[in-house]
Amino acid sequence: MSSIRDIQDEIVEEFEILADDREATLFYLMELGDKMPPLPEEYKEDTNLIKGCQSKVWLHSDFKDNKVLFEADSNTDITRGLISLLVRVLSDQTPDDIINADLDFVEKIGMGQIIGSQRSNGFASMIKQIKMYALGYKTKVAMN
Amino acid sequence: MSEEVKTIANQIDITAIRAQFPILQREVNGFPLAYFDNAATSQKPQSVIDALTDYYTNYNSNIHRGVHTLAEEATNAFEETRIAVQQLVNAREAEEIIFTKGTSESINLVAATYGKAFVNQGDEIIITGMEHHSNIVPWQILCDEKGAILRVIPISDTGEIDIDDFRQTLSDKTKIVSVCLASNSLGTVNPVKEMIDAAHVAGAVVLLDAAQALPHMDVNVQSLNCDFLAGSAHKMYGPTGVGFLFGKRQLLEKMPPYQSGGEMIKEVAFDNTTYNDIPFKFEAGTPNIGDVIAYKPAIDFINSIGKKNIARYEDELLDHAIKGLSEIDKVILVGTAKEKVSVLSFNIEGMHPFDIGMMLDATGIAVRTGHHCTMPLMNRFDIEGTVRASFAVYNTIEEVDRLIEGVRKIASRSRS
Repeated sequence: MSSIRDIQDEIVEEFEILADDREATLFYLMELGDKMPPLPEEYKEDTNLIKGCQSKVWLHSDFKDNKVLFEADSNTDITRGLISLLVRVLSDQTPDDIINADLDFVEKIGMGQIIGSQRSNGFASMIKQIKMYALGYKTKVAMN
Repeated sequence: MSEEVKTIANQIDITAIRAQFPILQREVNGFPLAYFDNAATSQKPQSVIDALTDYYTNYNSNIHRGVHTLAEEATNAFEETRIAVQQLVNAREAEEIIFTKGTSESINLVAATYGKAFVNQGDEIIITGMEHHSNIVPWQILCDEKGAILRVIPISDTGEIDIDDFRQTLSDKTKIVSVCLASNSLGTVNPVKEMIDAAHVAGAVVLLDAAQALPHMDVNVQSLNCDFLAGSAHKMYGPTGVGFLFGKRQLLEKMPPYQSGGEMIKEVAFDNTTYNDIPFKFEAGTPNIGDVIAYKPAIDFINSIGKKNIARYEDELLDHAIKGLSEIDKVILVGTAKEKVSVLSFNIEGMHPFDIGMMLDATGIAVRTGHHCTMPLMNRFDIEGTVRASFAVYNTIEEVDRLIEGVRKIASRSRS
């Protein structure tokens, strides 16, 4: 499994090709969303909804071999693309790596300009929720 | 310029109109701005912007009861706007125009005063299923307080009410009918003249929410014979934070005051306070002087083009958009009433309105997405929301073509 750093660098490189073309970037985000496997319906429950997002975003987590696994979905295509980036970077990583991850790709790809401030707040909520899950699993391991 | 555009442009000088709106010169995401969010708020002509600056630069002063020159000038300018609104809606007298923060406050005012005084337990208030939340919630609150009943006229698949449904819902229990003249989400123009006549026979008063109608069509309170009419300046090229309530004198006079404080009193003593005459009885406190003054040039702007010319031109824009969008596979128009103002709601199968709005914004096209403060109406159509393009007199056929092409491109990537 690639490291969080390597995956972030890959993403930054991919987005560099799109330069400042906002329309192309949004289309690309939607494509990324399309490629992410849909979340099974049974996980699309209210307890998996991320608070603070304008769109509906479901995040389901699992924990195997000291790695946190994330699956996600959204009712809007652009947001599905956004959460797919986070799943790609942070799923299948250890709780510590997730908690300590410096997600500088967000700024490097100019996420704020691409999605605007309202969706940026939602995006921050997604990151927070992902880190909360990681912290939860870490605590659970420590208690066992 | 295409032949079609020339024909329309010859009737009104679209280039000259656009030149009055400085914001239309700007670019958004590297594209010229195409602003189709006029039902939310319209852009402002230079004359409105200048009037605001002029007021604060040259004669800022509190109005009424001042003897100095600035107070006199500000009072005169403020009252000139009242006369301009009176003439715009053809009210019998300027005193029948009360300045408010906007349409929402105007409706709240009627609910809190006329409603408080004249609606009792078991009485009924009628609205339609296409109302903005601001024409639903004040009545719900009033009904809760009074033990009154809110009746809702259902909406057809085309986004229209059935006048017979309305007639059947009316009864001697009906005290207030409050309906939009034009729907903010669908553009539907309601048959308000027939509704008002029928409501009066039943003994009810009628409030028209004219927020969406005023920028687009001639609204005449005397020929409609409505009892109240509410509007907002900012949707008709004026500043934000200003609206008005028209009310018939005999109703306004018998209504209790709304808010209390300065301006609205005649005499205050600790054992007895008497209230001022209309309209001041309903205008407690220092009003939004600068914005009221800057509302007048917005009305002058509308008058300079002519309401009929505006309506005809916007109809052309709307027809062009409807034709273009309805030819695109997967586009679903929401609200296809025969009588519409220039508001066009639509969805693309399999896509969320948010995504469509963001994609259009990426090419400089501003539309509104979501439920448009009409959640019951969205539920009626079983949708989360729509994309809404609403046209103003400064929009062009070329801009509408950009919208059509943008939607075509987005629809072609829809997965459904």
